[in-house]
Amino acid sequence: MNFVAPVINYSQVLPILIVLGTALLGVIVEAFFARERRYQIQVPLSIAGLVAAFVWILKIRATTAITAESSVAIDGPALVLQGAIVILGIAGLLLIAERKLDSSGDAFVAQAAAIPGSEAERTATLAKLTQTEVFPLTLFAIAGMMLFPAANDLVTMFVALEVLSLPLYLMSGLARRRRLLSQEAALKYFLLGAFSSAFFLYGAAFLYGYSGSVGFRQIRQAIQTNAGNDVLLLIGIALVSVGLLFKVSAVPFHSWTPDVYQGAPTPVTAFMAACTKIAAFGAFARLFYVGLSGARWDWRPMLTVIAIATMVLGVLWALTQTDIKRMLAYSSVAHSGFILTGIVATNKAGLSGTLFYLVTYGFTTIGAFAIVTLVRNASGEATHISGYAGLGKRSPWIAMLLSLFLLGLAGIPLTSGFVAKFAVFSAAYESGSTILVIFGVLTSAIAAFFYIRLIVLMFFQDPDENGPTVAAVPLMTTAAIALCATVTLVLGILPNALLHVIDAASRFVF
Amino acid sequence: MYLSSLLLLPLIGSAVIAALPAGRTLLAKQIALGTSVLTALLGIVMALQFDRTLGTFQFVESHEWITSFGVKYGLGIDGTGLVLILMALILAPIVILASWNEGQGGRFSQKAFFALLLILETFMVGVFAATDVFLFYVFFEAMLIPVYFLIGSFGGPNRSYAAVKFLLYSLLGGLLMLAAVIGLYVLTKSQFGAPTFDVTELGALNIDQNLQRWLFLGFFIAFAIKAPMWPLHTWLPDAASAATPGTAILLIGVLDKVGTYGMIRYCLPLFPEASHYFAPTIVVLAVISIIYGAILAIGQKDLKRLIAFTSISHFGFIVLGIFAMTSTAGAGATLYMFNHGFSTAALFMVAGWMISRRNSSKISDFGGLQRVTPVMAWMFFIAGMSSLALPGLASFISEVLVLVGAYQTYPVAAIISTVAIVLAALYILIVVQRSLHGPIAPGNESLPDLTTRERVAIAPVIAIIIFLGFVPSVLLNVINPTVSHTLMQVNATDPTPTAGE
Repeated sequence: MNFVAPVINYSQVLPILIVLGTALLGVIVEAFFARERRYQIQVPLSIAGLVAAFVWILKIRATTAITAESSVAIDGPALVLQGAIVILGIAGLLLIAERKLDSSGDAFVAQAAAIPGSEAERTATLAKLTQTEVFPLTLFAIAGMMLFPAANDLVTMFVALEVLSLPLYLMSGLARRRRLLSQEAALKYFLLGAFSSAFFLYGAAFLYGYSGSVGFRQIRQAIQTNAGNDVLLLIGIALVSVGLLFKVSAVPFHSWTPDVYQGAPTPVTAFMAACTKIAAFGAFARLFYVGLSGARWDWRPMLTVIAIATMVLGVLWALTQTDIKRMLAYSSVAHSGFILTGIVATNKAGLSGTLFYLVTYGFTTIGAFAIVTLVRNASGEATHISGYAGLGKRSPWIAMLLSLFLLGLAGIPLTSGFVAKFAVFSAAYESGSTILVIFGVLTSAIAAFFYIRLIVLMFFQDPDENGPTVAAVPLMTTAAIALCATVTLVLGILPNALLHVIDAASRFVF
Repeated sequence: MYLSSLLLLPLIGSAVIAALPAGRTLLAKQIALGTSVLTALLGIVMALQFDRTLGTFQFVESHEWITSFGVKYGLGIDGTGLVLILMALILAPIVILASWNEGQGGRFSQKAFFALLLILETFMVGVFAATDVFLFYVFFEAMLIPVYFLIGSFGGPNRSYAAVKFLLYSLLGGLLMLAAVIGLYVLTKSQFGAPTFDVTELGALNIDQNLQRWLFLGFFIAFAIKAPMWPLHTWLPDAASAATPGTAILLIGVLDKVGTYGMIRYCLPLFPEASHYFAPTIVVLAVISIIYGAILAIGQKDLKRLIAFTSISHFGFIVLGIFAMTSTAGAGATLYMFNHGFSTAALFMVAGWMISRRNSSKISDFGGLQRVTPVMAWMFFIAGMSSLALPGLASFISEVLVLVGAYQTYPVAAIISTVAIVLAALYILIVVQRSLHGPIAPGNESLPDLTTRERVAIAPVIAIIIFLGFVPSVLLNVINPTVSHTLMQVNATDPTPTAGE
């Protein structure tokens, strides 16, 4: 029996390999260096790895190819999303690496394995231990996220899904303060995530049964030639969708989102809110536009209903929240609905609109969560929205920046969110889904209410005497916020360049 | 480049003010005043070069902006645009001068107040000068932010509530309009092959009747909220009474005109069939606004709310004039927009000075001002007379033109609307009598009269009101070709008189 080596074009998957390699180096650093030195090595190492990955993505930007035995597709959408994930990963990493905000070190627990309230935990906390395992974990997650939108068959997609999810489950449980809430979040995320992965895998099996292959091209051909049993196809689509809709937190698979966003350390929340959504929607688009495009008349009605439910329920729940992290979590649910309108459009404008939306959404979200890490009282971050009263008086710059991000999320003109909304809504209208545009517009109006309520609180109410304050903003957080604010403004006023790049890139290879 | 310069100048001024160190309040005010005067002068220079014989866009500028969506940075003005931009540019320095001390006691420094006013000026020019629907929408929405902060940070006790109500109403309207803008975008993409938002090209669209009506409604509801028309007016009295007088002048005098301007610029030419279809309904709503606003104005106890309700009535006249679709009514409506800007400005300025002197906005707290502060009282009187359209003052001509023009197509509506002239006499004369005449109310004995600054601020407003009362042709000559052009686009012809004298 002959063994044929798989053909892999290493240049095309190099960005993913660089990030994975850096993550492994990070593990080695954890093993071989003294605790005090690890932080100084991990931070520059991780950032250098991500920068190198980004440079390579720029170098291969014109690639359109299927490689690694048809399991990975490197094309316009994949590269755009990988680029966005890497840049946002850097922003997220800067927040994760910030150690000047919390008096006891960073946002992460001194000893993750210690039971909350136990003697071991107290000892570790008193010793002011700080850990650095979060850096390789983040890089593993980023590598998974980069592979996810490039995965060209169901098995690779599943592997990518797990590679990105497992580190995130862990990272959610690492919050230094409010340990129980954090561990609860991690457990919920893990259990529900495991279920959704199982659904995905089960669906993949059905699609395999239908088409005789897990490759997207083969599934596509099977649908075009109507080769298999439609029942298998429909069950397969439904189950695979569950797995992916869970990751993008679409209603009714969103229920983990608020708990996890709230419980996870805020830098991790920022990172995962932005990057997971990008990766998952990228995978979503590839599966539905490439693999399942022939069955679009079967899945479009389903996704239309889910998009409407996600928009409507997302904004309604967000209205009732009193914790800013939960509010942003529900707002992220609503945004999934908006992005789904782009996916449902199933035209080129829909794909480019979705890509543009994902990029802009990532930056505004990380920016907003970065501000959340700054507003603190004696016991850590003050996430109750009443703590934001009068922020405009105390720290006008911080309040203005948060307002910018909120206006961007609300989609007010001259911010990137508006251009993005216009892009997805016009694509949906073009495809005949007028109903989605109407719901999109109405829910945007409701969404504006809770974003603006926070702005009102910051600017038009008096600060509480003992309320939280914003200390001097340290360097790395400043860099992350400045990056996000610049992108939000520039893409709002001069979106032309990015729109062109994305327009040119909006073609899947198959 | 005139229009771009008009956009840029206030923005630069605003940036300079924002960059000033804290505490340099006087310098900030001087820069604000200087910038707005300079901008106004530039606007007047531009107006002198305007060709009055043309009904089309002039001073056109066009640059690619977002090519993927076919969006252009397109500016240009016709007669209507010119008149409204002039109004905004002349009112801006007057408002700055009149509200010299208004930023005090706000949540933020006075510096912020004047910086916001200048940003608002940029957006006001932009919204009237845009010839690209997308650009118009951007200005239309972006304008809300400075106004929101002006009301919410510097207004009276109810300011936060009023600011949020204003913003949410406007956003809802704006988003409905966005849906219609998206509709236009997709139509141009399929009919012209490439998307465009250029108003001069959009007229060539062939829109199916049903869709046309929906798109019309998307635009119209946004404009009706802005204008504001009954029953979408409820935000205005709250916003006007919570805002400082200066903000209120810009809000009612200029920003609300965006609503009626939008009806002329977008609703009529883009959706002619739908305009004819909805015109009777809109005329009925306009008449209700006219009467309802006037009746509620009579019953108001608060000076600022009273002015707000008179404006609802006046906006009813403007909308009636627009949808009557005759050249007389159309010209009257545009002229009315300009005149209303100045008579409302005069009323709000004097009312603001009265309120700040007396520390109360209740009409019943005033009385006998004629003897204590004669100059202020006379100014209020003239402004009031202009508001009730006394012959010889500016509003008279426009009101008569609207009524005469509307009579040609909607005689019943025109006749009912004339009742409002009587009601206007009531609401103005009652407030004049209660606050200016009669015995001096306790607490008013030693109110100071207008200062030199205040006199300088109000003098040009009163001068314009009187001047246009006698020589309206200055503006009508500019307006008329534009109105005929618009009526041609909407396929409306003036009915021929049935019988000669």
